[in-house]
Amino acid sequence: MSLMRTKWHAALLLGSLLIGASPALAEAVFHRGNSGEPQTLDSAHVSVDIEAFVLKDLFEGLTIYSADGKIVPGAAESWTVSEDGTVYTFKLRENAKWSDGSPVTAEDFVFSAQRVEDPKTAAEYANILYPIKNAEKVNKGEVPVDQLGVKAVDAKTVEYTLERPTPYFPQLMAHMTALPVNKANVEKFGKDYVKPGNMVSNGAFKLEAHIPNDSLTVAKNENYWDAANVKLDKVIFYPSEDDAANIRRFEAKELDTVYHFSSSEIKRLREQYKDQVRVTPALSTYYYSFDTRQEPYSDVRVRQALSMAIDREFLANEIYNGAQLPVYNLVPEGMEGYGKGPVPEWASMSQIDREDKALELMKEAGYGEGGKPLNIEIRYNTNTDHERVATAVADMWKNTFGAKVSLQNSDVSAHYAYLTEGGKFNVARAGWSADYGDPENFLSLMISTNKSFNYGHYNNPEYDALLKQSYDETDPAKRMELMKKAEEMINRDQPIASLMNYANLWLVSDRIKGWEDNAVNEHLSKYLSVAE
Amino acid sequence: MIQFVLRRLLSAVPTIFVVVTISFFMMRFAPGGPFNLERPLAPQTMANVMKTYGLDQPLWKQYFTYLSNAAMGDFGPSFVYKDNTVAELIGKALPYSIELGLWALLVAVVGGVLLGTIAALRQNGWIDYTLMVIATIGVTVPNFVMGPVLTLIFAIMLSWLPAGSWGDGSFRFLVLPVLSLGLPQLAVFARLTRGSMIEALHTDHIRTARAYGLPPRVVVITHAMRGAMLPVLTYLGPCAAALLTGSAVVETIFAIPGVGRYFVLGSLNRDYTLVMGTVILIAVFVILFNLIVDILYGLLDPRVRHD
Repeated sequence: MSLMRTKWHAALLLGSLLIGASPALAEAVFHRGNSGEPQTLDSAHVSVDIEAFVLKDLFEGLTIYSADGKIVPGAAESWTVSEDGTVYTFKLRENAKWSDGSPVTAEDFVFSAQRVEDPKTAAEYANILYPIKNAEKVNKGEVPVDQLGVKAVDAKTVEYTLERPTPYFPQLMAHMTALPVNKANVEKFGKDYVKPGNMVSNGAFKLEAHIPNDSLTVAKNENYWDAANVKLDKVIFYPSEDDAANIRRFEAKELDTVYHFSSSEIKRLREQYKDQVRVTPALSTYYYSFDTRQEPYSDVRVRQALSMAIDREFLANEIYNGAQLPVYNLVPEGMEGYGKGPVPEWASMSQIDREDKALELMKEAGYGEGGKPLNIEIRYNTNTDHERVATAVADMWKNTFGAKVSLQNSDVSAHYAYLTEGGKFNVARAGWSADYGDPENFLSLMISTNKSFNYGHYNNPEYDALLKQSYDETDPAKRMELMKKAEEMINRDQPIASLMNYANLWLVSDRIKGWEDNAVNEHLSKYLSVAE
Repeated sequence: MIQFVLRRLLSAVPTIFVVVTISFFMMRFAPGGPFNLERPLAPQTMANVMKTYGLDQPLWKQYFTYLSNAAMGDFGPSFVYKDNTVAELIGKALPYSIELGLWALLVAVVGGVLLGTIAALRQNGWIDYTLMVIATIGVTVPNFVMGPVLTLIFAIMLSWLPAGSWGDGSFRFLVLPVLSLGLPQLAVFARLTRGSMIEALHTDHIRTARAYGLPPRVVVITHAMRGAMLPVLTYLGPCAAALLTGSAVVETIFAIPGVGRYFVLGSLNRDYTLVMGTVILIAVFVILFNLIVDILYGLLDPRVRHD
């Protein structure tokens, strides 16, 4: 109760405390709104962007993203690729050190990769490193972890042997799952290495304090190789997931950034905060999946017609206030070497023409007014915006085809459990965000053998064959061509209706300098500074 | 008295057992699981994860494992906040909720009883009507409206108080969340007190006391108050349990790292162990406060005796 007593004294000082502003800060502190409590700080278990933001300030991978979102050397100063594209050799920086002053070694990277693939670790994102030789087998427990294709050539050289050429491998090495952990540290503390006081990290910052659901504080790591260029002394991550509360705290100048907020706020915030509102198209796609296993969605004409009848401009501009962009194909723009992917030929028509064409196709298929009745159920995960999209799409289908459309929502967990476990549906909402900037990350969603993510069970042997070919192709340009051909098939068959390109929404205070918008949504605090 | 307390504590064991059992199975009947995320896991990963957390075992086995572990004080790891055990999470969060809850309770009880008594003494006067209109508004305005409105006025427009967070735990950080949490309860206490006070003032022994010429203050405070407090006390038990175990809404609005939101977050995330942990916590608090209330009853009302 002594705590309570001090509070009484504090109460007596109410007057002065109410007025008393916080003392001038000598330190450069960045108050970073992070819209959610990290579920873990263990790179083997992280799975979402808000965790990556914290982790990439603490740890540095072989490669990292620059402020404008390009891959640049991180803990490695350079790398080479073998002729056939299957062996990557990374040279670590001589002066790369852990926060305890010990050198970052090749052995740390070997240990980290083995730890992720070890089935005992049960790493959530183990599959992202499957391009490494034997990774999948190790992860399935078929071969021991020392068979993984990663080895330390010497203390500062680490070599990755791959299953097949993987041109986006340097991007994979910047992924949160590929971040290194300090071998000695993890062996000493076990899973508790992530706690403040225990954690040793090699990034620009080190973990200072962590109060779940309150704040996570990282302080400048003096042992970081590039510490001279790190301008912030501290970054405090605030994990509140309440959009409205975060905006209020931004307005009260308690937060310097807010990540993710309701698109309905954009207009007001833009008026008030001008270019402090950042809307950046992301590498992610919002789509509706059709269950191709059953009538009438097994009929390509029905899928095409339904897809054409959706007015994407309306969804993006009216429902999302421009926070999303209308799209007609799966792979978002901004992938290196891919450019703008192919779109269906009807994408260039006006919405009215599309609707005419759609009606024609639907008649041909024998559904809608004058044909068999069209009863459609749209499933989506509970969320105000998704509900508004579903309601609008339902209206469009009603007006165009005289369809009877019902809506069915369930919370995120139930929605995706149902879809990944092969549950039958008519139309279901889904979305995909890139793990790395390569079209393969999206196109592989539609492979027939991808039982968990190919929700609609699209099964096109031609498509599968094209992707297989792209995997074996070592020439980057030819590989992109093959993938474009594959995407044309999706455009033709419409197993999914791609609707919108997500944008990342940020509020970034004028006080923060060095912030650059980028499609990969990577914003390392080490590039930032605060204006006094 | 000691016997009474022991008997009540013993009878709490089966109650908690039933609560645990029902919650355990209800939780599992909800579709989806802790690892069905917006970003679904690859099948192999899912298999590894299920194995690690023992979720691949038959449900009855998981139930008995949970029971025997819980009986030993091990409430398991959180499935979602993987760096922590449930005991660690709740242990870290509970002090915040309790401190916030105690302040809110203090505000609610002291303020409510005071205002209720004043209203009762001025029954049907303008003070009474004004207070009761305010109290009705207090009961009906939910805290997810109250919180943001208070923030808008005091944090954004006037810049007097912080808009959120526990900060250093000083008074200025507590004012708004305590008010958001406490005011609706204050209103309830005010209405309860007014009602029972009016009734108490009309009883025979008060009339007698007045006839003897006792000063009004003595009549109200030492005689009427005693009887009037019984209904208030009845409400105090569940109210204290609810306030001290945290409010998901207030904690979320003000970014307080308390235990209240774990119940809601845990349910949404299907964080089975965390939900079980919070359910047990709430059950224990409810039982405990009802017991305290029963003991206080005996002290206030000689007709209620615990021998």
